Amino acid sequence: MSAPLSYDPQPPRPAWGVRVEPHKALSMGQGIRIAPLPRQVRVPLDLTAMRVAEAIVAPGDSILTGQVIARFPGPGGNAICAPVTGRVRDIAPCPVPVAGNYQARCISIDTAGEDRWSEDCKPLEPAGSLSRENLQARIARAGIVGLGGALFPTADKLRTRTPVNLLILNGAECEPYITCDEMLMRDRPERVIHGAAIMLRALGARQAVIAVESDMPEARLALKAALAETDEPGIGVAVVTAKYPAGGERQLIELLTGQEVPLGGLPGDLGIVCQNVATAAAVSDLFRQGRPLISRIVTVTGNGIGQPGNFEVRLGTPLRELIAAAGGYAQPDCQLYMGGPMMGIALDSDELPVTEASNCLIVSTPEEMAAPRPEFPCIRCGECSRVCPARLMPQDLLIACMAGDAERQAALQVDACIECGCCDYVCPSQIALTARFVQAKAQQRHWRLDQARAAEARERSDAHARRQAERAAQYADGPKADPASGEQAMKDLMARLGQRDPTDD
Amino acid sequence: MLAVVVLAGLAGLAGAGLLFAAGRLRTDATAQVVNQVDELLPQSQCAQCGYPGCRPYAAAIVAGEAPINRCAPGGDSTIQALSHLLQREALPLDTRFGEHQPAQLALIDEALCIGCARCLEVCPVDAIIGAPRFMHTVLQDACTGCELCLPPCPVDCIDLVPRPPDS
Repeated sequence: MSAPLSYDPQPPRPAWGVRVEPHKALSMGQGIRIAPLPRQVRVPLDLTAMRVAEAIVAPGDSILTGQVIARFPGPGGNAICAPVTGRVRDIAPCPVPVAGNYQARCISIDTAGEDRWSEDCKPLEPAGSLSRENLQARIARAGIVGLGGALFPTADKLRTRTPVNLLILNGAECEPYITCDEMLMRDRPERVIHGAAIMLRALGARQAVIAVESDMPEARLALKAALAETDEPGIGVAVVTAKYPAGGERQLIELLTGQEVPLGGLPGDLGIVCQNVATAAAVSDLFRQGRPLISRIVTVTGNGIGQPGNFEVRLGTPLRELIAAAGGYAQPDCQLYMGGPMMGIALDSDELPVTEASNCLIVSTPEEMAAPRPEFPCIRCGECSRVCPARLMPQDLLIACMAGDAERQAALQVDACIECGCCDYVCPSQIALTARFVQAKAQQRHWRLDQARAAEARERSDAHARRQAERAAQYADGPKADPASGEQAMKDLMARLGQRDPTDD
Repeated sequence: MLAVVVLAGLAGLAGAGLLFAAGRLRTDATAQVVNQVDELLPQSQCAQCGYPGCRPYAAAIVAGEAPINRCAPGGDSTIQALSHLLQREALPLDTRFGEHQPAQLALIDEALCIGCARCLEVCPVDAIIGAPRFMHTVLQDACTGCELCLPPCPVDCIDLVPRPPDS
């Protein structure tokens, strides 16, 4: 570690980022409530196109809570567990609340009102007695994925090839409105700490730090108190400045250690692994209660909801039932957003299921969210550059995006954009920068594919031309045998045949 | 007198050096520009431009023998890029040398293929594998969709299909 971790309550203030009205008190009136069991759940099999699970149940099957219902191919052994008891209705594409109006194949399960748990869901033997591999395999089988939003399988993240010397538990929930991680740390700090200890063992690492923002004193004190009661060594609490997006993985690492994760690299390159605090709590629940990942805490907030708050809700629950549990709509013309106001997406229906990535549901009244305003030309004030946490130059990228110049976009490193929306937030011309960069990042993938394909075609074509030239040279060599000797050979042949010379005629 | 001889000698040496350098550098610079032009071409090696491949076309462009608007697979974006690099006027695509169309892929109907091996010879990127009297198949990752394998096929068993967007 090159720079010491900052544990002090006066942490360094980043130059990047924006201060946004937090709106967090709205959903922190009471503790975490358990949402009632849903009547139907939908469990997506391919929430991210990169990882597609295969269902191992068929329509009509009876299933128990916690039973494995789908597996991801590959050696990791990652699975998906049934969040409820019931009967499989069908497996069909359904809309899910992720960006891009995406339809995922979902297992639909009708529940029977009861909650019987599978035999497999027993507390696991003291985690300390299990080997690293064993811990990782159990976490994979319980379907635990990163609950911070990226959905990366936790077990895969714990199987590091390079040694890890620091585990960061990300509790720096910087986006406005969202309070699910903060409430978790306040209500259940011991689970976060227990999960962190298991993850440390599964990583073979010694040091873990739970990062909270400077505006969460209750969470910090709850964690400190819980830490004082346990005998887990090597776990500490660090405070980072409350400034959006301090909770971004790369930004948090930079604030805590002073190191930057290289572009195209991973925190593992610095010997760091970052996990969300909710993921740590899920790991703790698995080992202490035998509970696989079947639920998550979702913040339901906004002026349009009856009783805003945090709910522990089974995965796959329709948003409609979650909204009913939170007191229903306060007025009829509300707009739903999944995620926070900076990075969230607008939803067009309340029939969508809660997923592992659903950290916050905002039910907003028309007055609450500003309507999109018309774009004006860029005045090159440079404000976007100042706030960009990835240190990009959004004003130049905008020009490259408008020109569709993929090479220039690559040179300006559009791939480093974390899509936080800070540039949009400060832009005095109200230009939708992030939306363009998201599009550009998708185009970059195609552009790089085309470049790679062209390079390969050039190489193959050169090889083909070389081979043809060689062959041509060979044929030219073959019958070439010196004409004089050819003549001689003909004469010899004629002599052998004892005939007259044919040229005599 | 001595001074004159020494100076004349030095001047002669310098002149010879410059002459040598000029010859050397000029060929290098030309090769470099050909490489840059080649970089901008889509590398389909389709020969629609009238030259046997992308590099020969690039060489012809640099030598001033060919206009920059003959590459149908590259289309307008390639013409723009070439125009920018070479500071020549961006003309519209010369459609006598083909129309710009979305990326394609050759697909051999393996039920019809008789294994004549004629397409193997003409594929500019060696993307077809097979042997005489054995079925052939196209390496999808390597195929540029150049259509050069179509004319030699005696049983017309090669089709061009749109390239799937993510392959």
